[in-house]
Amino acid sequence: MKKFVLASAATLVATSAFAQDDTVKLGIILGYTGPLESLAPGMESGAKLAIAEVNESGALLGGTTVEAVTGDSTCVDAAAATAAAERLVTGDGVVGIMGADCSGVTGAILSNVAVPNGVVVISPSATSPGLTAAEDNGLFFRTAPSDARQGQIISDILMEKGIETVAVTYTNNDYGKGLADAFQSAYEEAGGTVTISAAHEDGKADYSAEVGALAAAGGDRLVVAGYVDQGGSGIVRAALDSGAFDTFHFPDGMIAQALVDNFGSEIDGSSGDNPGTDSEGAKLYQDMATEEGYDGTSAFSAESYDAAALMMLAMQAAGSTDPAAWKESVMDVANAPGEQILPGELEKALQILQEGGDVDYVGASAVELIEPGESAGNYRVVGFENGEMVVEGYR
Amino acid sequence: MEPLDALVAFANFVLVPGAAYGAQLALGALGVTLIYGILRFSNFAHGDTMAFGTMAVILTTWGLQSAGIGFGPLPTALLALPVGIAACAVLVLLTDRAVYRFYRAKKAAPVIFVIASLGVMFVYNGLVRFIIGVDDQSFADGERFLISARDFKEMTGLEEGLAIKTTQGITVVVAVIVVVVLFWFLNRTRTGKSMRAYSDNEDLALLSGINPERVVVYTWLIVAALATIAGTLYGLDKSFKPFTYFQLLLPIFAAAIVGGLGSPLGAIAGGFVIAFAEVTITYPLKKVLGYLMPEALEPDGLVQLLSTDYKFAVSFVILIIVLLFRPTGLFAGKSV
Repeated sequence: MKKFVLASAATLVATSAFAQDDTVKLGIILGYTGPLESLAPGMESGAKLAIAEVNESGALLGGTTVEAVTGDSTCVDAAAATAAAERLVTGDGVVGIMGADCSGVTGAILSNVAVPNGVVVISPSATSPGLTAAEDNGLFFRTAPSDARQGQIISDILMEKGIETVAVTYTNNDYGKGLADAFQSAYEEAGGTVTISAAHEDGKADYSAEVGALAAAGGDRLVVAGYVDQGGSGIVRAALDSGAFDTFHFPDGMIAQALVDNFGSEIDGSSGDNPGTDSEGAKLYQDMATEEGYDGTSAFSAESYDAAALMMLAMQAAGSTDPAAWKESVMDVANAPGEQILPGELEKALQILQEGGDVDYVGASAVELIEPGESAGNYRVVGFENGEMVVEGYR
Repeated sequence: MEPLDALVAFANFVLVPGAAYGAQLALGALGVTLIYGILRFSNFAHGDTMAFGTMAVILTTWGLQSAGIGFGPLPTALLALPVGIAACAVLVLLTDRAVYRFYRAKKAAPVIFVIASLGVMFVYNGLVRFIIGVDDQSFADGERFLISARDFKEMTGLEEGLAIKTTQGITVVVAVIVVVVLFWFLNRTRTGKSMRAYSDNEDLALLSGINPERVVVYTWLIVAALATIAGTLYGLDKSFKPFTYFQLLLPIFAAAIVGGLGSPLGAIAGGFVIAFAEVTITYPLKKVLGYLMPEALEPDGLVQLLSTDYKFAVSFVILIIVLLFRPTGLFAGKSV
């Protein structure tokens, strides 16, 4: 009998030890279909790279492996995104969601699924200022900065160039509207004039009407708060062809290789900005991505890596995979004090945390989270010369 | 000179783009209307048929470009059109054999065809994305402008520029040629007449010895050609992206219904009505009035009838008005 008790106890210990190297699931919800479908692969690769790195190290919570489960946010359809998140949370039992990509669906997932179920959401690319004030029970973070900050940056860039009247067009969603409004208020405060702020719908057949309106209102430069593989490019194409505008300012949604490929030297003299740093981490990450066979400079790919890495580091810091516990640690691991962690050093970070130390995750996008859990925002300012995009500085 | 400036500004931002867009919609709507008239269902897969044809054209264009074959100042894609049309024809004929023929034999209700075409749409959608990917593809080459805004200003000394793109010119010219050929075919050839007879009265056509399967095959061939040409012209003028072609379905159907489903003439008129409605009603008259009016009366505001946000509402309001007062459309097609 004694032996039996001992044996059962031993089995129990063994099983609980075994449970330690169980798997934990992380959801990746991105717009695999819809207007941002061309960015999704780079973002998914980023998140999966971080997960693979942690799994290889075997250092997370005594050997827990992380499994990624993907879902389609569609970028635009809140009901579809909610259903995808619901499936991941209730069906697959994910403890955190890396996503979603677009601001509107991220808000929907947050309020409909994440908050009721107590799951952490870290978005790499939702930048709408509206999400700052969203009811989130401390469950929502983003490795991308709010566009309120970007609006200010654009205003500064244009003012320094001495451009005082502009026309604005924005993609008709939470991102575009939020950015356009943030920019307009910052710009007007600085003494500039916005002649017209007109929305355009993405993926539509024709933008002559929009360009006609923008041209009639006039301005020294056109600010295109849209997406490069969507209406944004359509607007720029039509504006150039009709001679309505020669120079533009491109916020983050427009900055991509595709912009240069599409327009070449036609947009010489334009300016642009997107979240980015000249930090060591960014270069390291790009090298790692190249090795894995994808493009690490693809928009929000670095932020996706960081979002996934933060989740796993927070779990390690809290010593638990329960979102209610590790949501408290996200800010701690992301910010100083502690040892600075660059991409590729996740194993080191996990070990420091295990030993009770402190880390300051810098990652691929120089993450610094400010209350209520969003990136403070580092922006790269770019210009266009001779058909090339050149980096003019960081702010 | 000032009234001229007003005219040029209006032409540059309303007339020229409206005409090109109208021609693209008209060609798309012709395909929809032919299927509706002869095969008797609304083909929701039309936008994606266009995407498939255009994809074939793009792939051929790339092949031609890498072989160093060009078309001088004209886009190489025009040379690739026949290949694209052939590929598209093979696809739609296979689809007809695999899907629509089954329902035709069962004499299924039109709504069943519509739902089947919805399924076909999703299959095409996936097929195109699978082959060429989801990204934007630009395949226009050759001379970009017939006349660019800057050259026009230098030539005429006017304040305003007028830009006419090569692709806009080609679009309108090709559309006219296609429409002329189509009407000649439908009205003058034996096959065209048998198609119209089949469309007017199926039973009577059968009794007079018209082979229905032949009519169906010819219809699909013409539709494949129209879809590929419309898609290629659109892609040349703007750019190719599968998602956009899927979205093109809406204005194309609006055009076909406004004109009268089943009426080829109506499809063309509908295309231009929808295109110009979108562009004209939302165009701010500030610049134009600024040139026309004495300085004291120049408007400060934009003088815009409706914000561009409402441009789609405009086409649908027109659609509703037409359906309320002329349920068969402007050119007396079949009632919907």
